[in-house]
This record gives sequence, structure tokens and C-alpha cells, in this order.
Amino acid sequence: MFEIFGIPSQALFGQLLLGLINGSFYALLSLGLAVIFGMLNIINFTHGAQYMMGAFCAYLLLQYLGINYWAALIIVPIVVGIFGIVIERLFLQHLHKLDHLYGLILTFGLALIIEGVFRNYYGSSGQPYQVPEALRGGRNLGFMFLPNYRAWVIAFSLVVCLATWYAIERTRLGSYLRAATENPTLVRAFGINVPRMVTLTYGFGVALAALAGVMAAPIYNVSPQMGSDLIIVVFAVVVIGGMGSIMGAIVTGFVLGIVEGLTKVFFPEASNTVIFGIMIIVLLLRPAGLFGRPA
Amino acid sequence: MKLQMRITGGLAFALAALLGTAAQAEDITVKLGVLNDMSSLYSDIGGQGSVVAAKMAIADFNPAAHGMKVELVNADHLNKPDVGTNIARQWFDVDHVDAIIDVPTSSVALAVNEVVREKNRVFLISGAASSDLTGPKCSPNSVHWTYDTWMLANSTGKSIVKTGGTTWFFLTSDYAFGHALERDTKAVVLANGGQVLGGVLHPLNTQDFSSFLLQAQASKAKIIGLANAGGDTINAIKQGAEFGITVGGQNFAGLLVFINDVQALGLKTAQGLILTETFYWDMNDGTRAWTKRWQAERPGKFPAMTVAGVYAETLHYLKAVAALKSATDGKAVVAKMKDMPTDDPLFGKGYIRADGRKIHPAYLFEVKKPEESKYDGDVYKLRATAAAEEAFRPLKDGGCPMVTN
Repeated sequence: MFEIFGIPSQALFGQLLLGLINGSFYALLSLGLAVIFGMLNIINFTHGAQYMMGAFCAYLLLQYLGINYWAALIIVPIVVGIFGIVIERLFLQHLHKLDHLYGLILTFGLALIIEGVFRNYYGSSGQPYQVPEALRGGRNLGFMFLPNYRAWVIAFSLVVCLATWYAIERTRLGSYLRAATENPTLVRAFGINVPRMVTLTYGFGVALAALAGVMAAPIYNVSPQMGSDLIIVVFAVVVIGGMGSIMGAIVTGFVLGIVEGLTKVFFPEASNTVIFGIMIIVLLLRPAGLFGRPA
Repeated sequence: MKLQMRITGGLAFALAALLGTAAQAEDITVKLGVLNDMSSLYSDIGGQGSVVAAKMAIADFNPAAHGMKVELVNADHLNKPDVGTNIARQWFDVDHVDAIIDVPTSSVALAVNEVVREKNRVFLISGAASSDLTGPKCSPNSVHWTYDTWMLANSTGKSIVKTGGTTWFFLTSDYAFGHALERDTKAVVLANGGQVLGGVLHPLNTQDFSSFLLQAQASKAKIIGLANAGGDTINAIKQGAEFGITVGGQNFAGLLVFINDVQALGLKTAQGLILTETFYWDMNDGTRAWTKRWQAERPGKFPAMTVAGVYAETLHYLKAVAALKSATDGKAVVAKMKDMPTDDPLFGKGYIRADGRKIHPAYLFEVKKPEESKYDGDVYKLRATAAAEEAFRPLKDGGCPMVTN
């Protein structure tokens, strides 16, 4: 086949597809972060730890209760979402009126505590978690071997991302939510329970993180630091996409996944840092992010 | 009256001080510092386990019987050379630490090595791998105990080439350790008639290996050499299973794999892996008994060879200090350690060479299949033993400036 910059096109298409898969993790996680920040104005640094809790929950359910991956996809987001609601009720609700930084510091501290507790019990090497039976193996696409599970990851995260975007931007519930963040007093006057909406939204954002965790468990190492490794990149994605924009987070997640994939082919040593380079450029040119609305 | 009181008081104070120092003159205080990764990808092969091993060594040495007092501190170097050297300097300058122990992550070890040399203390290396520590960067203040990249390349690398793995593609962790391991293994592969088809560098602590594995698959090399460790190796092997690496006829060479990595992968995924360690908890009664004591503080975990190395080198160091009756001159203590032959229940009998390299046998293991494992921790079967003299790089080949002939 033909060559692009010295790399055979086969290898390139394979890397693009892999980048898309990674992008779907970035999209799912940054979606949760964007929802929480866009709707609640909380910088949720616990997101990575909640993603890790999702993966560990899936592992524990399988290990001790024999609950398989498919049931875990539904149970784990609910369980971790409830945990998120508890955090919101106990700590975050008191910080709404204060500067963003207080929420950042609190959630960062919580993340460190959660990670430390898990590392204390489980060590850092990680726990084994197998790909579910139905998704094992793969198919040879000609230019690469695509594992079935990775194809499932792209498909499912696209569905979840689009469903969330639709729910927030196009449904009545979503419109109440958006109104409540713009003008809570007025919305309350209409008889809508604003604090409850806020709490449930935070729980939903956390549930999204946990869902990403369950999906990551079969392919990434289920270890206590899996969240902290990913969360910095996800924050960069959200900043590039625009802090308040849902569609921005989704699109940027996928695009940056592809960019990272390409970097791994042409200059692998920089694959860790290319996203931050892009973040710097975007912030210099468009401080509100690519899709964000200037404050 | 006041003057009289002052003089009496002064005399009394002087007498007390004299008596006090006379009593303390017999007690040598030694302070040890365990410096390693407590929170990230290398924390299972050292971390708290190394601290426990050091405590056991101190207890087994019985400082009181030698008229010594031994204190232990520990810190997390976060796998960053600047953090490691800062902690080392503070320990030496402010906290009067005499010896630093463990230090995995070769980039940190190489940096701390220079600080120890500058301050004339002692560096007891266990976790770090780079063979440069007893090569061009060798130091009269350092002892490299458990293993190094040359030994791994010569054991795992050579055995794989000899059994048909003739073409290699390297997946290398992009820092000092990965480069050293790739360099040493490349040399072994080429020397034994093999070919290196290519390689790719990945950042330390990489989550997703899919694109690197894709490049490895495209190279069609028979063997994918993993010049990385800890979480990186686990991720690469796990994702390799997903991408059908072995189904496609390729195999992984785990150049540095610890028992903790095998536990994390599970025997189903890890079975058949060839690896080299210099200590296995289930080797003999001595190792089993020691492991049981260690597990009292680390239940459910198994000690990697680096943890065993911490115990053995701490014990040997304390014996040397007791023989010299002082811990202040680092060079002298290390010279004494090289003078005294070593003997402990974990590594058996051995000795330390002029370049600081500790010599002991190396064991080539294969990971058992799930049905072959009879109890928790029963994961290795012994394939071959390399005698101490052959396992490590010959003294003259290292390029160590201290070795003149």
C-alpha cells in the first residue's frame, strides 16, 4: 500500500483506530467532568479516583459475588454514583457559594485519601480482570487485528456520550438543569427542587466516571493509581474543549485520542506530553477553549 | 556566695558531661534510610516491604549485643531523581543518616549514587537495575546487591535466543533503566546469532500499549522484548493477550519480572513466561522461614528479590560497622563489606567484588500453569541455575574506573 511520511498506510490506519479507542475513554471521562463543572461549577478532582473505584468495584463484584461484567456495567455506576451523592451532601454542598479553588482542594484531598486506602489494601501491582467471554478474540481487518472488546468500547461510549448530550441539551429535564445553573433562585421560585437536581447531577457525573472504570477494567491494569495517571490528561481535554461545553468535551476527547495515537507512531517519546502542548496553544489563542462560551 | 555557686555548678556540669560522654562512648549510633517508591508503579517490589525487611535485618543483627543503636527512617522518592537527591541531601546533612538503602528506578539511583560519593556515606542498592552502577558509574561508597541489567540480559535473554527466539523487537521504557536493559540484551542477542528488527520507546508509567504492540506485530519479530518493569510490564502483557500476540506466533520476553507482577497478571495470563530472579520465597527452608516472618507484617503478599536484597545487605552492612566499630567513613565500611564474605539464609554464601557488585547465583524460572500451582504463591518452576561467577558481568568488562587491571 502507499506510504505517508515513511509509515505504511496500513500501520497508520491501525494507529488511528487505536487512537479512536483511547479517545472514547477520554470522551467518557471528560464528559463526566464537563457535566459536573458546566452544571455545578465544581472542579471535581476526585473524578480519577471515582473511575478507579468503578474498576475496583467491578473486580470486587466478580471476585466475591460472582457478578459478571454485564451486570457490573449497570450496578457499579449506581453504587459509585450513590457514593458520589454522599460526598456531595456531606462536603460539596457547603462549597457552592465559595471560590472554585475550595472545591478543587477538597476533591483533590478526597482523591488522595481514596487512592491511599485502596493502595493500602491492594498494593500497586493491580488485580487481574478478564475480558468477558462474549467479547473475547477479534477480527483481522487487513490493516490490523482489532480485538472485539475494543470495538465494543468505541461503540458503547459513543452511545453513552450522545445519549447524555441529548438528555442535557434536548430534553426538558436537561433544560431545567441548565436553567438551574444559570439562575438558581428563579428556578426555585418555579417550584423545582434545585439542591436535589444538583446532587443528582453530581451523582450522574460520578456514575459516568465509574462506567468508564468498568469498561477499562478488562484492558487496563486495575490498580489504585490508574485514575491519577489518566485524570491530568482528562482535565487537559476538558480545558481544550471548553469547560462548560458538553459537545466540546465529547468531540475533543475523540480528536485528542487520535492525535495522541498519531504521535505514538511518529514520535512515541512525546506521546505523554502532546496533549499538554496542544492545551497551551489553545489557551493562548482561545482562552475559553475550542467550544467554550467566553465568561 | 554567688561566684562559689557558679563554680560548683560549672564543675558539677562538667563532671556530668564527662561521665555522660564516657558512658555514650561505647554506644555507636547508626541511622539507616530506606528510599524507594512508596506510592506508584514500583511500590509493590519495594515500598513498605523493604522497610519491613530492613527492620527484620536490624532485629536479627541485635544491635544491643554489639553495643550499637540502630535507627531507621524511610521516604518516597516518587521515581523522580530530583526528589530522591533532595531527600538524600537532607538525610545526610540534617538527619545524620549513614546509609541509604534500596532505591529502585535507576535514574534516581544514579543520581543518589553521586550524592553518596560526595558525602562519603554508604549506598546499599537493591531495587535499581542499571549495570552502569558497577560499570562506568561505580563508586567506592556503593554496593549493588540483588541484580542488574547485564545479569538479566545474560540469563533471560540468552536462554530465549538459544531456544529459537532469534528475531527481536524491543518495547523500552524511556529512561536510564530501559535503555540499559535494551543495550545489554541487544548485545546478548547479537552475540548469540540473533537479530534485532527494531524497537520503540514508551514513557515511564504508560497505561495503554496498544499502538506500541501494533508496531511490534507489524515487525513480525518472533520475540517482543519488554525492557520495562512493574506496572508497564503488566500492562504490556495483559494487552498483548488481548491483541492476540501469542496467537499470531510471537512471544513476550519479560526481561524484568517480579513475583508481584505474576500475581497481578494471574497465572492464566502469565503462564509460560521465562524470567530471572535471584531469590524465590519457596526455594528452600531458609527462604520459606524468612518469608513467613516477613509476611507477619505484610499478610497476603510475597517478597520480591529486591526486598530480600534489602534484608541481606542491611545485615551485612551492620556486621561490617560492628567489626569497624564506626559508621562515619563510608568508604571504609564498604571496603570492610568487600573484605568479609557474605552469608545469609536468603542468598547463601557469596562475596562483594571490587566494583561493588555482589555475587550470588541467578535462577531462571518459568511461570507455572494454573493447574500446576498447588497453593498461594506457588508460581515458579526452576529451569536453570547460573553459578555466581558466571551470572554477572566479568570484572574486567565493566569499564569501572576503580578496577585497574
